[in-house]
Amino acid sequence: MIEFFQQLSNGLAVGGIYALIALGYTMVYGVLKLINFAHGELFTLGAYLGMTLLVSLGLSGYIGQPLAVLAIFGMVMGLAALSGFFLELAAYRPLRRSNRLAAVVSALGASIFLQNAIMLFYGPNYQVYPEQPRPSFNLSVYGLDIPLMRALMFLASALLMVILYIFIHKSKTGTAIRAVAADPGAARLMGIDVNRVISLVFMIGPGLGGAAGMLLGLYYGQIRYDMGMLYGLKAFTAAIIGGIGNIPGAMIGGVLLGVTEAMGAAYIDPGWKDAFAFMVLIVILIFRPTGLLGERTADKL
Amino acid sequence: MKLRGPKTVKAALSAVAFICALFLPYLLGPYWTNLLNDMGIYAILGLSLNIILGHCGLFHMGHAAFYAVGAYAAAIFSIRFGWPILWSMPLAGFLAGLFALAVAKPIIHLRGDYLLVVTIGIVEIVRIALVNNIFGLTGGANGLFITEPIRIFGQALYSPAHFYYLIWSIAGVSIFLFYLLQNSRFGRALNYIKQDDTAAEGCGINTAHYKLAAFVLGAVWAGMIGAIFAAKIEIVSPQSFSYGESVLLFAIVILGGAGSIPGVLLGAFLITGLPELFRDLQSYRMLFFGAAMVIMMIFRPQGLLPPGQRVYDAQVYLGRFPRAWAQVPGQSLRERS
Repeated sequence: MIEFFQQLSNGLAVGGIYALIALGYTMVYGVLKLINFAHGELFTLGAYLGMTLLVSLGLSGYIGQPLAVLAIFGMVMGLAALSGFFLELAAYRPLRRSNRLAAVVSALGASIFLQNAIMLFYGPNYQVYPEQPRPSFNLSVYGLDIPLMRALMFLASALLMVILYIFIHKSKTGTAIRAVAADPGAARLMGIDVNRVISLVFMIGPGLGGAAGMLLGLYYGQIRYDMGMLYGLKAFTAAIIGGIGNIPGAMIGGVLLGVTEAMGAAYIDPGWKDAFAFMVLIVILIFRPTGLLGERTADKL
Repeated sequence: MKLRGPKTVKAALSAVAFICALFLPYLLGPYWTNLLNDMGIYAILGLSLNIILGHCGLFHMGHAAFYAVGAYAAAIFSIRFGWPILWSMPLAGFLAGLFALAVAKPIIHLRGDYLLVVTIGIVEIVRIALVNNIFGLTGGANGLFITEPIRIFGQALYSPAHFYYLIWSIAGVSIFLFYLLQNSRFGRALNYIKQDDTAAEGCGINTAHYKLAAFVLGAVWAGMIGAIFAAKIEIVSPQSFSYGESVLLFAIVILGGAGSIPGVLLGAFLITGLPELFRDLQSYRMLFFGAAMVIMMIFRPQGLLPPGQRVYDAQVYLGRFPRAWAQVPGQSLRERS
């Protein structure tokens, strides 16, 4: 039983990461009907930026360890958001009016470009995250030892998701984003600047993705230039599980996927860990193509 | 009657090109011949993907999975049962086709991006299955080592020049067959589905059937060339059939010109050839490749050599006149001008 709860907590923590990345996919898909293949690379970029800043800035000497990590967290989110903004400007905006295949290929090209840019800059090997900012002790909950980092990671992703949820549903800008997702033409007629909303979505998504990258680096302690591909594909799977375009759906899908994967690896076969996500994806698309919470229609399928 | 009409010149040029191609391995040496062989393999794979992606317009990014099934099938038959690889080629194609039928049947109704992601999922599942030594047959992460060379009439093929003739003969046959296919009823049906599958359905084309047929056909061809690849490289291992390989094939078809045979050939030449010409910039090549994909989509989304407009001679299709008669007005027009 202890093993089960260990796996559950691990699955929840990793699922939080998937959910954060999935939000970027689902929001972009919501407004542009485009899979942003380069999103996984922005997640990787977040992980590397976090590492560089933690190592080189030495902030913890001035403001203490926890505050320094928090500050760097904010910087990583900002920088990732900025990269997302420029990515949209360079690779997607010129293709707004062309067919979907062109946009998908451009997204793939951007993904290959970014992945190789990261590789050329940081090298092709695993990079190790600094040890000090990682809290190393365990929390004891009803006799169950859970690493503090794991708990913090889940809390951090949950917090970010709650903030996003409130922002999307309560603020005026959030309403504009929902309006553009529902019907860009009508939104424009209502006086919403659609281009600005799209830029904004391309900043929020990568911002959250970058945060997820840094959390992952802190959690596993090592990162690699090509990890964005697999995490990106899994997060996209999570977005589809929850119903693409649906923000709470992406959160639930991510957590479900993380738990399924942890359980599958523990009780079926660890070698097949990465395959579970794709099997779930295929099963979901065959039997319930709109996802678990998807309300939107068959015309997209 | 003029001796040097445009047709005669064309025929003469083709003959010269053909003779040059015959002697190419001796002119270029083993290194460049080997590169030509890789180009040939990618060209054939690109043509097989072109049926699915170019003609039928299905976003299929898992072609490496079918290619892997063929390569592994040939390797397993060669190692376990000592079957000659050339004989197991049709069987490899058949198994790849069967696999494609099984996996594509439930997902064929998915559109656009969804199909794309599912096919990526399939190629990843296949790769993971190969790494995990599925059914105890695939040899895990190290793959399988083929000891028996390909033999044609008792002559073992081992040098790049031998493979050059084999691969490019297969490429020639493939080009010819795919050309016939493109201009057949089947090819026209696929094009119609690509343009508008609701309208195609309305015209009585069984779209699900045709899409599935395109998938299986592409997979059979990829499986057969997988067998040749296995024999050429001698070690079949999971990393040859990754997601990246599928992206490369996808790019060959899209950048070359989806639905156009010369376009796909050009795509295969450029994508396998250019990195070799710029070896000094080896580590930057994927960076350029990614940037090129973005730039191409912005400025020339139809690819370098897009397919031409289909031209029909209505009189021939109506069956009113024999073919030879129908061409007469066209010729007289050309002579007048």
